[in-house]
Amino acid sequence: MAIDKTCELFECGHRACGGCGAALAGRLFLKAAGTETIVVSSTGCMEVFSTPYPETAWKVPWIHSLFENASAVASGIESALKVQGRKENVVVIAGDGATLDIGVLCISGAFERGHDITYICYDNEAYMNTGIQRSGATPYDASTTTSPAGRVSMGNKRPKKDMPRILAAHGSPYVATASIAYPADFMQKVEKAINTPGPTYVQVHAPCCTGWGFDGSKTLAIGKLAIETGLWVNYEMVDGEVTKVKKVVRKPVEEYLKEQKRFRHLFKPALATGEIAKIQAIADGNAEKYGIDIKLPPKKDVEPV
Amino acid sequence: MALEIMEGSIAVAQAVRRCRPQVVSAYPITPQTHIVEALAEIVANGELAADYITVESEFSALSACVGAVAAGSRAYSATTSQGLALMFEVCFNMAGMRLPLVMTIANRALGAPLSIWNDQQDSISLRDAGWLQLYAEDNQEAVDLHYIGYKVAEDHRVLLPAMVCFDGFILSHTYEPVNMLSQEEVDAFLPPFVPKYRLDAASPVSMGMYATPDYYLEFRYETDQAQKRALEVLREVGKEFGERFGRDYSELVESYQMEDAETALVAMGSICGTTKDAIDEMRTEGKKVGLVRLRSFRPFPSEDLKAALAGVTRVAVLDKNITLGAGGATARGAVALEVRDALYGSTIPVLDYIIGLGGRDVRIEDIKKVVALCEAGEGDRFYGLRTEVL
Repeated sequence: MAIDKTCELFECGHRACGGCGAALAGRLFLKAAGTETIVVSSTGCMEVFSTPYPETAWKVPWIHSLFENASAVASGIESALKVQGRKENVVVIAGDGATLDIGVLCISGAFERGHDITYICYDNEAYMNTGIQRSGATPYDASTTTSPAGRVSMGNKRPKKDMPRILAAHGSPYVATASIAYPADFMQKVEKAINTPGPTYVQVHAPCCTGWGFDGSKTLAIGKLAIETGLWVNYEMVDGEVTKVKKVVRKPVEEYLKEQKRFRHLFKPALATGEIAKIQAIADGNAEKYGIDIKLPPKKDVEPV
Repeated sequence: MALEIMEGSIAVAQAVRRCRPQVVSAYPITPQTHIVEALAEIVANGELAADYITVESEFSALSACVGAVAAGSRAYSATTSQGLALMFEVCFNMAGMRLPLVMTIANRALGAPLSIWNDQQDSISLRDAGWLQLYAEDNQEAVDLHYIGYKVAEDHRVLLPAMVCFDGFILSHTYEPVNMLSQEEVDAFLPPFVPKYRLDAASPVSMGMYATPDYYLEFRYETDQAQKRALEVLREVGKEFGERFGRDYSELVESYQMEDAETALVAMGSICGTTKDAIDEMRTEGKKVGLVRLRSFRPFPSEDLKAALAGVTRVAVLDKNITLGAGGATARGAVALEVRDALYGSTIPVLDYIIGLGGRDVRIEDIKKVVALCEAGEGDRFYGLRTEVL
């Protein structure tokens, strides 16, 4: 296969793992955002693998300050650009730990104040840069280094925090979820977020082969399975209302779970039927909440279940 | 020279207005609040073309300044005590990124126990953050140090943020006669901010990258070098200010009655006003006492201090802070540690007095008692402890 060596705004040569979902998110969002963009990064995998001094993967102006303050830094940039009469897009790219946990204060402030910024959270469902610790985005029963499955534990005890709705509740005019497995959809959402005045938010599901435990060649397949099982839902919210949802013919959650080492304890040494049923219930809940199920006409040769 | 009687905070806000920051980002906290209230009013009345960000915390206040300065705008913030403590992480970051700023500190004690009253523990605790730290004795100096602070911080030989420290309540809430420069005078002295680098789509740079052990040490060295260059830039800019407006700030240590002094007091901030009055009284009583006042704590003017203290018999340091646990069985404040360091190798005894913490009033008679204690060779202790409540 011919490899396109044309370097993009997110330059080749960074140090991400092969098959890194976050790196793909970085490349795709910047393709959509374009050259007239100032990027603010939180501390995290993307910051570290893209900017080992004196090298940088960023061909647009880029700043990293701290772990939890990217949205406050972005507020200051947007404010300065406004006074200077400049028009660059201000886009934050931050991981789920930086977004759902440690940065909530700053994000809440920035969104409440109504800065014209776009915040993209690459959600790889744990603190990957420090070695796979659970975050508020870690799914139920996932084994991480701080929520390990053990003799008396099935892993992470809580479902994912619903950050998109928290930000929609701040009055954000545009909130969307996306997946790196659907690049065109993700890029369209980034573009829409940037072109919507005010603080906008896109949370992109970014599977992490290292942290979740799957082969780096399967990143897109895993991302697709998350959508196809209903454990991740791609949707858009305009002014707080869900306006568009990715519909699927749902597969059982086992198909997603069994591909990843972080859920291995649900299958070995014994099949944890009860736990898998709970995860299936989360997917069913998502399906009902967002109406993602495509109802196929019943096949005549199959008995209804 | 026209003088106006103004509250310290209002005078500072008026000075900040004349510095024309494009972004003001601050959060209310006693005793700093009057400054940011006054600035909000100034912006609301169209007297300053700035974007005023009403952040949700001091942490975000300074983080927004990082963004604003990185994007090429002059910015401003003010805080104190707990607010400054909340900014701790951003303070180191901003200096490391070499982003210039002026932030006013209305000095206040740090809890626990909660105290809204003055000492200098807050800014002193940020000693190693890389910021310039300037301390004002009175409100005129507080005002002038804002003009000087911006000019020095933004100088390409320096490029470091600066704290202009003035004592909470004692100065911030006190009405004093102040000469306010006109906008034209300030504009002539302080040109618009010209960043060396800024976030700009026309010329992309990466700021705040991570450094491996191969590079980190050199970043710290460069920042320290900038502090050292700031010593000279402070003198230069302070001199220029004096030539233009008649108030000379070229000296980073001020000597008062030091010509024949046997006992030298060393202090920073508003306590120096009281100390000067005490010295005047002691002089009439025949005591050879003088004061060396530090205007800059970072960078620390070691050589200037050493020269100012040459020939004295003893030194008494008034520390409005305490480095808890320092000094073995005795007590030490951060200023005394610096003074001892500057005088290393000399035989002049340096005795320290931890004084006025948490707003405890320091009166003329207290300064006299400190001098008496120093003459008796008794020091390196808390002064004025109420032993009955221990």
